[in-house]
Amino acid sequence: MEKLIIGGREFSSRLFLGTGKFRSNAEMEQAVLASETEMVTVAMKRIDMANRNDDMLRHITHEGIQLLPNTSGARDAREAVFAAQLAREAFGTEFIKLEIHPDPRYLLPDPVETLKATEELARLGFVVLPYIQADPVLCKRLEEAGTAAVMPLAAPIGSNKGLVTRDLLRIIIAQSNVPVVVDAGLGAPSHAAEAMEMGADAVLVNTAIAVAGDSVRMAHAFAAATRAGREAFEAGLGAVSDCADASSPLTSFLL
Amino acid sequence: MFSDELKKYSWADTTAQIAAMTDADVRRALARTVLTDRDFMALISPAAEPYLEFMARRSRAITEQRFGKVVSMYIPMYITNSCTNSCVYCGFNRHNRLDRVVLTPEQIERECKAIKQLGPFENLLLVTGENPRIAGVEYIEQALKVCRPYFSNLSIEVMPLSADDYRRLTRAGLNGVTCFQETYNRERYKIYHPAGMKSKFEWRCDGFDRMGMAGVHKIGMGVLIGLEDWRTDVTMMARHLAYMRKKYWKTRYAVNFPRMRPSESGFQPNVVMSDRELAQLTFAFRLFDHDVDISYSTREDHRLRNNMATLGVTSMSAGSKTDPGGYAVYPSSLEQFAVSDRTSPCEVAADLRALGREPVWKDWDAVFDENSARAAVYCS
Repeated sequence: MEKLIIGGREFSSRLFLGTGKFRSNAEMEQAVLASETEMVTVAMKRIDMANRNDDMLRHITHEGIQLLPNTSGARDAREAVFAAQLAREAFGTEFIKLEIHPDPRYLLPDPVETLKATEELARLGFVVLPYIQADPVLCKRLEEAGTAAVMPLAAPIGSNKGLVTRDLLRIIIAQSNVPVVVDAGLGAPSHAAEAMEMGADAVLVNTAIAVAGDSVRMAHAFAAATRAGREAFEAGLGAVSDCADASSPLTSFLL
Repeated sequence: MFSDELKKYSWADTTAQIAAMTDADVRRALARTVLTDRDFMALISPAAEPYLEFMARRSRAITEQRFGKVVSMYIPMYITNSCTNSCVYCGFNRHNRLDRVVLTPEQIERECKAIKQLGPFENLLLVTGENPRIAGVEYIEQALKVCRPYFSNLSIEVMPLSADDYRRLTRAGLNGVTCFQETYNRERYKIYHPAGMKSKFEWRCDGFDRMGMAGVHKIGMGVLIGLEDWRTDVTMMARHLAYMRKKYWKTRYAVNFPRMRPSESGFQPNVVMSDRELAQLTFAFRLFDHDVDISYSTREDHRLRNNMATLGVTSMSAGSKTDPGGYAVYPSSLEQFAVSDRTSPCEVAADLRALGREPVWKDWDAVFDENSARAAVYCS
């Protein structure tokens, strides 16, 4: 399979993991390892950044896994940019998952503030991965602003509803010059596989794994589905048709 | 303001509607994913009792989906019991003969250090009586500044303030405000709160709007169970919450259902809510509002808290002292109410882990507070 490149870094796995909502940090670590992911998000608000031995961070940190701090908690561009600066110092990485959701209920991203913050963070040298609505125009604007990837939502965070924004995701994937990571709302491995078959560059999953009966096995299942979906995309899927192809061609008389 | 909105609802009619709920009403409510206040009334009514198990399962599933398998931990710090009110049920009633304490900044800092010895708490709730003259906004502001270096998230449970005062405290590091309306029964409210600022129903009720206007990040609501018909009271609170959500949509919300505990006042509860009823209410609230933080304090006993920890409750206090200075300065002074669960924070955390729940001590960072980002020089 093709490698995915974001921010100059190569990724063999196209499954990114969120680390919240797990029943224990130890189980979260097992799920991360089972998923074979190479990129995990971590909420700054959950980590004691002054403490090198922070329990959650200890369970996340592994060789070969890129930490992707997120700015969840920020409600506007100014707060997010400030948080990103601290994340860069605390975690020693330029990677930042930009999350600006002023609405704490559905956690839907604010497109205006996200664009502003992306412009500023790109200027400051960050590798910006913004969490956004599945809005094709916004994706192009973010590209112009210097984003490293776009992370459109499939459905509201934690909803497990799958590719509710399917039609818009298709447009985004078709138009994008930066990697498209389908984020939020993927509730089953089949959803991840479908996103990958559509040509998404990667998927990000959290709730569906964290609250599964057996999160480690679910992580494994998502890894397999993500690989299968990508492989199918690269192999070239056959066209879908409602009727059979006529066996007697109509144009055989044309020499 | 909500006090105007509340006038649309008759207490007597609401009570009668809840009592008249039928099995069909309950089934209709359970079939919905988005519930109205009428659905909520069905689920807290006696007609829903046969569906308790079903509601518990639904409540757990929604809670896991929205919050994950975690419980947020917090601890209260009472900094003064000085109070000019005379709430008939409260240990801090101004007529009660007890030593009145107003902790000094140095004493507050000692309390902070003592709490940090109890457990890795990062969520602190500062609590006061109501005496604006000697423990007003300036005092609270100073207390917040003392506590700021020790905790990631600071909340207060104090008298209702003006919007400007909430703004001022937010700049001092305040994140959340908890305030209990106690009861939404406007007529009977005065019987329980005969004197002081707290006797003014509208001032208290509209305090939540003022918090919203001031941009307080998290607002905690509650009715005191034991005063009036609890079903009617929590229905009014559910309406209040729905009103707040639409108007102040950037705010996070929490609800509490404190059941009256014995206190120095000797007041006996007018109504008693059973554990079964508290559980039913908790499940109904989760089904009504998937994202509201439901908090169980140490008013509730250990067994109930453990059992409810996986069924809808999303935050818990532990190791609480409800007397000012109780952690270090005056370890044997008089409590506001008698704590029921005296289990240590470490034991509470161990129990949660055994239940398959991660106790989360830190779920906020001061970096997201008003003053941090505003003071940042990074941004152009």
